[in-house]
Amino acid sequence: MTINPRLYPLLATIGIFIAAYIVCWIQFPYMLSTRVAGNLLTDNAYLGIVAVGMTLVILSGGIDLSVGSVIAFSGVFIAVLLRETGLHPLVVFVLLLGVTTAFGAAMGGVIHVLGMPAFIVTLAGMFLARGASYMLTIDSVPIQHPFYELLKDAYWLMPGKGRLTLIGIVMLLSVAVGAVVAHRTRFGASVFALGGGERTARLMGVRVGATTVGIYAFSGFMAGVSGIVFSIYTGSGYPLATVGTELTAIAAVVIGGTLLTGGAGYVLGTLFGVLTMGLIQTYIVFDGSLSSWWTKIVIGILLLLFILLQRGLVRATAVRA
Amino acid sequence: MKRSFRRVLPQLLTLAALMALVTLFFPQFLSIDYAGGRLSGPVIDVLKRGAPVALLAVGMTLVIATRGIDLSVGTIMAISGAVAAWALSSGWGAGPAVILAVGAGLVCGLWNGCLVAIVGIQPIVATLILMTSGRGIAQLITEGRILTFDAGPFAWLGSGILLGLPVPVFIWVLTAVGVAALMRRTALGLLVESIGINRSASALAGVNATVLLIAVYMASGLCAALAGIIATADIRGADANNAGLWLELDAILAVVIGGTSLLGGRFSVAASVLGAMIIQTIDTGILLAGFPSEYNLVIKAGLVLMILLIQSPNLVGHWHFLRHSLRRDPDASPRGAKS
Repeated sequence: MTINPRLYPLLATIGIFIAAYIVCWIQFPYMLSTRVAGNLLTDNAYLGIVAVGMTLVILSGGIDLSVGSVIAFSGVFIAVLLRETGLHPLVVFVLLLGVTTAFGAAMGGVIHVLGMPAFIVTLAGMFLARGASYMLTIDSVPIQHPFYELLKDAYWLMPGKGRLTLIGIVMLLSVAVGAVVAHRTRFGASVFALGGGERTARLMGVRVGATTVGIYAFSGFMAGVSGIVFSIYTGSGYPLATVGTELTAIAAVVIGGTLLTGGAGYVLGTLFGVLTMGLIQTYIVFDGSLSSWWTKIVIGILLLLFILLQRGLVRATAVRA
Repeated sequence: MKRSFRRVLPQLLTLAALMALVTLFFPQFLSIDYAGGRLSGPVIDVLKRGAPVALLAVGMTLVIATRGIDLSVGTIMAISGAVAAWALSSGWGAGPAVILAVGAGLVCGLWNGCLVAIVGIQPIVATLILMTSGRGIAQLITEGRILTFDAGPFAWLGSGILLGLPVPVFIWVLTAVGVAALMRRTALGLLVESIGINRSASALAGVNATVLLIAVYMASGLCAALAGIIATADIRGADANNAGLWLELDAILAVVIGGTSLLGGRFSVAASVLGAMIIQTIDTGILLAGFPSEYNLVIKAGLVLMILLIQSPNLVGHWHFLRHSLRRDPDASPRGAKS
C-alpha cells in the first residue's frame, strides 16, 4: 500500500506531536493525564479557532494579517457593550460575529476588486481593527455578567479529573466545521482550486470573486469566535491583547503541514500544529528551569523543518510529474 | 535629475500637505530654535525619531524591488542591539560593539538570503522564521534582562549632536544617499529591478540572480542593524522584547507609500525615505495636535487604503482615462462632444 505523498506533511505533523508527547511523558510522567490534555485544549482554544480560519485563507494562497487585531476588537466590543447596555451576551455575540464577518468580507472584496496583494490589504485591516478597539477604550475592561460566569465554569469532567472546558469543545467543533467546509463542500473545492492558481481556477469555472469574499469572511467569522472564546478565557476586553497572534496562527498552520503557496493541506493538521506549539510551552512550564524564550526558538526551528520538508515534497512530486 | 524629482513629487506633496495640516492644529510645528549648539523643534524631532523606520525602509525598498519582503527587520534590530549591548557590557569598546552589531545584522541577512535564493522558500515565510525565533535569540544574548551599559561614545550614535543636528539624522540620510547612489550610479539598481520583474528571465540574460538576492537581503540586514544600534544607543540599553517591535510593518508601509510596488520592479529609495518621514509626521503630528493617539492606527489604515486605490492594477486604466480627460481640451473630450 502506498501513501499519498500529499499526506506526508500531515503524517509528519502528527508524528512529531506524538514523539514530542512521548519525550515529555518520559521526563514527566504526569504529562500524560487528562488534566494536562484538557488544559492544553483550553489554553490554546482561541489560537486553534483562529488558525482554522487562517488555514482556509492560506489554502487559497492568501494571508490574513488582521486576525490578531480582530480578536482584540472582539473582546473590547463585548466588554464595552455589556458595560454600557443591558443586552444579553448572546445578542452581543451575534452582533459581533456579524461585524467581524462583514469586516472580513469587505477585505476579501477589496482584495478582489483592486487586485492588490492580500498582505497589504489585510495590513490595513489590522491597523483599522486595532485602531477601532483603541477608540472604544484604551483600558482593560472587566466583563462581569452572570452568564459569563456560567460559560467560564462550564466543563465536562473527563476520566482522570481532567476538565474539557466549553471553550476547548468550541475549538474542537471549529476544527470539525473547518475540515468539513474545506474538504467536503463545493466552496472548499473552490478554495483549493484558487490556491492552485487563479487562472486555472477561473478556467475550471470557479467564481473567483465570490470565493475570495467568502474565504476572508470565514476568516473574519472565525476571528470573531476566537475573540469570544478569548474574552471568556480572560474575562476581560483589552485593546492591546493578542498582538502578533496572526503570525503565531500562520506558524501553526505551516507546522500543521499546509503548503504556504496554497492548494495543499489539511485543517486537521492545523489542530496538531497548534497543539505542538502548546506542548512546547507546557514542557517549558513543567521543566521550570528553561526560559520562555526557548519557545520562540523551538517554534522557529520547527517552522524551518516543515518548510524544508514541504520544499522537498514539492520537488519530489514535480520530478514525478 | 528632473525625472527623479517628478518621481518623488507625490510623496513631497503629501508630506507638505501633512505638515500644513499639523501646523494648522499646532502652529509651532515649523518653529526651530537654536540653543546650546543644537537645533530643536518638532521638525528636528520628526527627523530624529523617524531614523529607525527610514533606515529599515531603505533596505526594505531593495527587498521589495526583488519581489520579496523582509518581515524580520524588527527582530534583527533587537538582535544587533543585544549584541552591541553585550559587547559593551563585557568591556569592549564602542568601535568593536558597532562592528559586531553590524556583523550580526549581515549574518541575519545572509541567513534570509540563503533561504530565499538558494533553498527557494517564499520570502514572506523565510523571513517569518527569523522573525519568530530571532527575538528568542536576542533574549538569549541579553539573558532575558534589559541589558544596560555605561554610556560613553556609543550613546553618541543615538543621542549625540553633530553640526547642530542629532547624529541619527546623519546616519539615515547618509545611508539613503549612499544606497541610492550605489543603485543609480551603477547598473545594480537595474539588475535588482530585473530580478523583481522576472527572476528566471534575468538569470537567463546573465544576471547572477542568486548572489544579488542574497546581497539584497544582507543590505536589509545591515540597515536593520544600523537601526538597532541607534535604538539601543538612544535608550542606553538593549530591550530584546520591544526593540523594533512591529517596525517591519511601518517599514513596509513606508515603502508602499513611496510608490514601490509590492509586486516588484521599479523602486525609489528617496521616495521610501520620504514615506518614512510621512509616517513619522503623522505619529508626531497627532500627538502635537492634541488628538488622542488612538486615532493614529485608523489614520494609517485610511492612508493604506488610499494608496491601494492609487496603485491598484485593476484601476490603472481608470486613472489614465481620468488624467487624459483632465488634460484634454474640454471641447475635444468625448463627453464634451456628447453634450
